[in-house]
Amino acid sequence: MRAKSFSYWLFLAPVLIALSLVVVVPMLLGVYYSFTSWNGIVTGSFVGLENYTNVFKDERFMDALWFTVKFSVVSVIMINVIGLSLALLVTSHVKSSKLLRTVFFMPNLIGGLILGFIWQFIFIKVFASIGEIIGMESLQGWLSTTSTGFWGLVILMSWQMAGYIMVIYIAYLEGMPKELLEASEIDGASTVQRFRFIVFPLVAPAFTVSMFLTLSNAFKLYDQNLSLTGGGPYNSTEMVAMEIFQTAFTQNVFAYAQAKAVIFFIIVALVALIQVYFNKRREVEM
Amino acid sequence: MRKKWNFKLEFVGLFLALLWLVPFYLMFVNSFKTKREIFTSTIALPGLWNLENYIEAYQELDFLRTLFNSLFITITSVLLIVLFSAMGAYALSRAKSKFSSVFFYLFVAAMLIPFQSVMIPLVTVFGRFEMLNQAGLIFMYIGFGASLSIFLYHGALNNISRSLDEAATIDGANRWQVFWHIIFPMLKPITVTVAILNIIWIWNDYLLPSLVINQPGKETIPLKMFFFFGEYTKQWHLAMAGLTLAIVPVIIFYFFAQRAIIKGVSDGAIK
Repeated sequence: MRAKSFSYWLFLAPVLIALSLVVVVPMLLGVYYSFTSWNGIVTGSFVGLENYTNVFKDERFMDALWFTVKFSVVSVIMINVIGLSLALLVTSHVKSSKLLRTVFFMPNLIGGLILGFIWQFIFIKVFASIGEIIGMESLQGWLSTTSTGFWGLVILMSWQMAGYIMVIYIAYLEGMPKELLEASEIDGASTVQRFRFIVFPLVAPAFTVSMFLTLSNAFKLYDQNLSLTGGGPYNSTEMVAMEIFQTAFTQNVFAYAQAKAVIFFIIVALVALIQVYFNKRREVEM
Repeated sequence: MRKKWNFKLEFVGLFLALLWLVPFYLMFVNSFKTKREIFTSTIALPGLWNLENYIEAYQELDFLRTLFNSLFITITSVLLIVLFSAMGAYALSRAKSKFSSVFFYLFVAAMLIPFQSVMIPLVTVFGRFEMLNQAGLIFMYIGFGASLSIFLYHGALNNISRSLDEAATIDGANRWQVFWHIIFPMLKPITVTVAILNIIWIWNDYLLPSLVINQPGKETIPLKMFFFFGEYTKQWHLAMAGLTLAIVPVIIFYFFAQRAIIKGVSDGAIK
């Protein structure tokens, strides 16, 4: 097949048209609109960088961004630690290995929105009733403060995603040459040493992949945020994705929301690329 | 000594598995309780396993219709994503040219764009052309699903020798016949991966349907769930029955396809 042939374009056309109309054109239009006073109907006048400078003065947006960063850092660490631990557990000759994998992975098949609702019930009703039984006041009114809302989101995400990350680590752990581990055992390496010098370097590529996935998921989180806390109390648990949605569709300031969306894209792209760059470099060194 | 160690691990594993299932347990048992019972005993099993909550939730959710909408959108989108991405990736992998590499990187780069960055213009543009409906939604899923699917198919296609194409062409097959009868069947393992990854996110997607589906009666499960739950946060017994209903189809799917699902997810992440 040649690039100039008719069939080349015929094969490529459906998917190319879909991508263009759904991603490329809206992205370019969005960047253009972010420099105008567009209100969703009328393009409005060209306002230069005004929308962008306003974003950085916007306390609600900056709070959401800071909350998102904190959430991402904590949940990425939690998910990877739990995910790797689960992977090590199910690959270490336990008889129930298959069953365990099935169970740990299960939450990932159910939508974030639904999982958020389930946990809302747990945090509000179940925690309250456990609190009453054991007499712990602090279990009342979960999700009604900023910090319990934060930990609620972290717990939900860790429970949901650890199984997904586990599957990725398992793939690398099972691809690991067994002779290396056996040889090191014969040479008298301790469990810690084996983990530090053999297992860890060999699963480094898995770490790159899983960190990319967890980081970008955490940054773009919307469904779970919406259904678990709805951003409350007083928008204090609102993350960037949700803040942009609110600016656009609740407050109807489209151009301004779009400027936030462009900044969001730059942040997500930078974080993802920097992360992959550093992890790749680390892989090579090892 | 080894045996004892394994026993402990086994115990830890089963304990963790139970811990993982607790949220589902709580959802399930509370879906049978009365409003009062949830208030007085949240953790215990229900006194009576009565199905009233389910009957009411089933009707409120218009469950069969909602389930059908979700199935229709997911199946149609995934079939089209599989077909179009395999075709597109085939063209890109067989015609090595500047065009091909530019397009390939375009697809890959699109993965970095968060949905929120295109959301507002997307909705306004599609709104203008009166495409905020099921057909528009399916079209959008093809566009958003294309990136990862093209990427996965492209990798697999590079491992299929071109001499196969050539042999078939010499035997008189045209492009479409070569693709459809020879190449596509060989892509079956990667097709399973592509299909599973797309099924999971499209089935569970809430945000896009919430922006695109405006007609009553066309809602998908997550969309209907959102409105349902909002109305019933004070009526937890109905809400829990509704959530359980929403999850049942997924659990059935998982039960039958768990091996393919877990393999698909790990293959998708590694390639």
